Amino acid sequence: MSDTPISRAANATPANVARKIKGLSDRAIAWIFVGPTIFLLLAVNIFPLIWTINLSFTNFRANRLNREVEYVGFRNYERILTDSDIWLNMQATAHFLFWTIFFQVVIGFTLAYLINKKFKGNDLWTTIIVLPMMLSPAVVGNFWKFLYQPQIGLFNYIITFFTGKEPSSFEMLGSVDLAPWSIVIVDTWMWTPFVMLICLAGLRSIPDYIYEAAEVDRASKLRQFFTITIPMILPFLMLAILFRGIENFKMFDLVVQLTGGGPGSTTELTSINLKREAFEKWRTGYASAYAIILFVTVFGLASIYVKALNKVKER
Amino acid sequence: MKHSQLASASALSLVVASLGASAQAEDLTLCWAAWDPANALVELSKEFEAQSGHSMSFEFIPWPNFADRMLNELNSGGKLCDLLIGDSQWIGGGAENGHYVKLNDFFDAENISMGDFADATVYAYSTWPKGSENYYALPAMGDANGWFYRKDWFERDDIKAAFQEATGRELAEPKTQKEMLEIAQFFQGREIDGQTVYGAAIFTERGSEGITMGVTSALYPWGFKYENTPGQYDMEGAVNSAEAVEALEFYKEFYKTATPPGYTNSYMGESLDAFKSGQVAMAMNWFAFFPGLYADPNTGGDKIDFFVNPPQNQAGSTLGGQGISVVAYSDKQAAALEYIKWFANPEVQQKWWDLGGYSAHKAVLENPDFVDSAPFAGDFLEAMGAVQDFWQEPAYAELLLAMQKRIHDYVVADQGTAQEALDKLIEDWTETFEDEGKL
Repeated sequence: MSDTPISRAANATPANVARKIKGLSDRAIAWIFVGPTIFLLLAVNIFPLIWTINLSFTNFRANRLNREVEYVGFRNYERILTDSDIWLNMQATAHFLFWTIFFQVVIGFTLAYLINKKFKGNDLWTTIIVLPMMLSPAVVGNFWKFLYQPQIGLFNYIITFFTGKEPSSFEMLGSVDLAPWSIVIVDTWMWTPFVMLICLAGLRSIPDYIYEAAEVDRASKLRQFFTITIPMILPFLMLAILFRGIENFKMFDLVVQLTGGGPGSTTELTSINLKREAFEKWRTGYASAYAIILFVTVFGLASIYVKALNKVKER
Repeated sequence: MKHSQLASASALSLVVASLGASAQAEDLTLCWAAWDPANALVELSKEFEAQSGHSMSFEFIPWPNFADRMLNELNSGGKLCDLLIGDSQWIGGGAENGHYVKLNDFFDAENISMGDFADATVYAYSTWPKGSENYYALPAMGDANGWFYRKDWFERDDIKAAFQEATGRELAEPKTQKEMLEIAQFFQGREIDGQTVYGAAIFTERGSEGITMGVTSALYPWGFKYENTPGQYDMEGAVNSAEAVEALEFYKEFYKTATPPGYTNSYMGESLDAFKSGQVAMAMNWFAFFPGLYADPNTGGDKIDFFVNPPQNQAGSTLGGQGISVVAYSDKQAAALEYIKWFANPEVQQKWWDLGGYSAHKAVLENPDFVDSAPFAGDFLEAMGAVQDFWQEPAYAELLLAMQKRIHDYVVADQGTAQEALDKLIEDWTETFEDEGKL
């Protein structure tokens, strides 16, 4: 018998179970249990993927069902990969990903390190810090939009307090230079607690006896930090980076609420651009090709990353 | 066009059937945007309910989501709406994709003449292909982009004197686009009654259609054309003409020097907010909002006045407004057609105007009392005499979003020049028309 998941499931089924259901082999029973899941997986994940790949070679438009669909070969792919505007969207996405992950990891780890110290009210602080990630991104977007308002927004007044600038002399959301950072700030505010929680779990999983042994060996606190804490928490940090990376690559609602992709196209991330192509311009074939390119990019990067993560875990 | 033929044939049979169909009461759903005129229509429709025995339900969608929601509904063959007051740009797609019932046979059977409605509205809201006699909607809500201003500020002696000193001319309603900019710049950052005020609220919204509707209010008066020859899609030299470049540069200067801080993504709602909160001296918006603005207890009445979008090289206003169509997927087309028949009645049209809707019926518009019937009525008539609309092609959304991007990139995000923005716009539009098989 071959060593497939179905065979393993069949072998794992106790013999008397099969005997109780007349006429059914163990293999058939295994299929009855596993079949619906496989069917759903095919219907919900695999079929749409194959269909999207098929559409990506056509000029199909979902709003023009009575129009003849033509196969256009790789034209959609060629257009996307040679479109300078799409590369600018990619750059905006990369900028957003890099800086949000950087700040979230640095601040999240620092907060986790501090919270991990035993002090009075540590649970209360954890709860307060975690609150932003429990809010809806749409609400957070609107909330920060008001904070960034140049005439009445609290954010501008705080900056004014430190710099002496007029509150209305700069626009966080309206300036080409500041708008990307305004989104990075909000995303960092909202999702740093998530990274903090993962880091906290990592820190609390390090057994005390390792530090006690290090103390016996007279290792300094700095040495302990770099030779015990960092290596042992690295897999957790990498996992947090993976989660945030995948989430932020798909970032949509927060940015739409804050800037709508503007000013101009400065903060138009690939997810927003893809939505415009697919469901506003209704270039379904083109958008399918775009989605496939993004899928391959994320899948490729994530696969490489997961391999690296596994190597770190094995150490 | 099989869908349209089928739809028109079924419409005719439904008309015949509807002659005796009143016996069966239906619950009709009318879909439109959620704004002031929609409330007026609810009030008006009570009369239809009483007369016909049908009941009316309404599905009003906020403007920012209106196109997305309704076009998704039509594209999926949804039965939510029996009647739809859809934007003028949708007429091409509505007709070619078989979403709207063709109304010619119905109009003929019921003696509804398109000649009874203002020509500009029939052309813009009802016909496809443009200028043909194929009707897919009845003009329902005439509208154009216009302006309103703080009359009480304009009449203050201290402000008038300051303006005279600053510009050498009298402060009054602007007669040209450049005069309007000069007035807006005069008010920009000025202190009035202890509050810092700004020049004007204009449209700069990026996501849907805002900045395009705003910038065309400058482009049309400068002489902007979409094509050199109508129907030929020859855009080079028209879309990026010297006049168009100048108009686009003008709009950018307006945005940079005469609007409140933070108005980088503003449309109808933001314009109304800016004016009602006393932030701006002038604001652009659709005539549809003018009755509500006039009735506002704080900034309406004697404090407000209205003017048509000023000319520059020529008169020109951006067209708004909508026609009412019967949705081809509706199971209640006979009752829906009854509603259209009732709505086309001149008496109903007069009530529509009285309640705050903008009738396009000549019996209303050509009434000698019309001009004095509201402070903005004369301006509305003048605006409708010189309106232009965006592409009404089936691919209008793609064309619109390209313009949104190119204009916002230039005006708000300071990227490139006006000439480059319009040149790129032609490239985008050319690609779309090539995909459509029209180039």
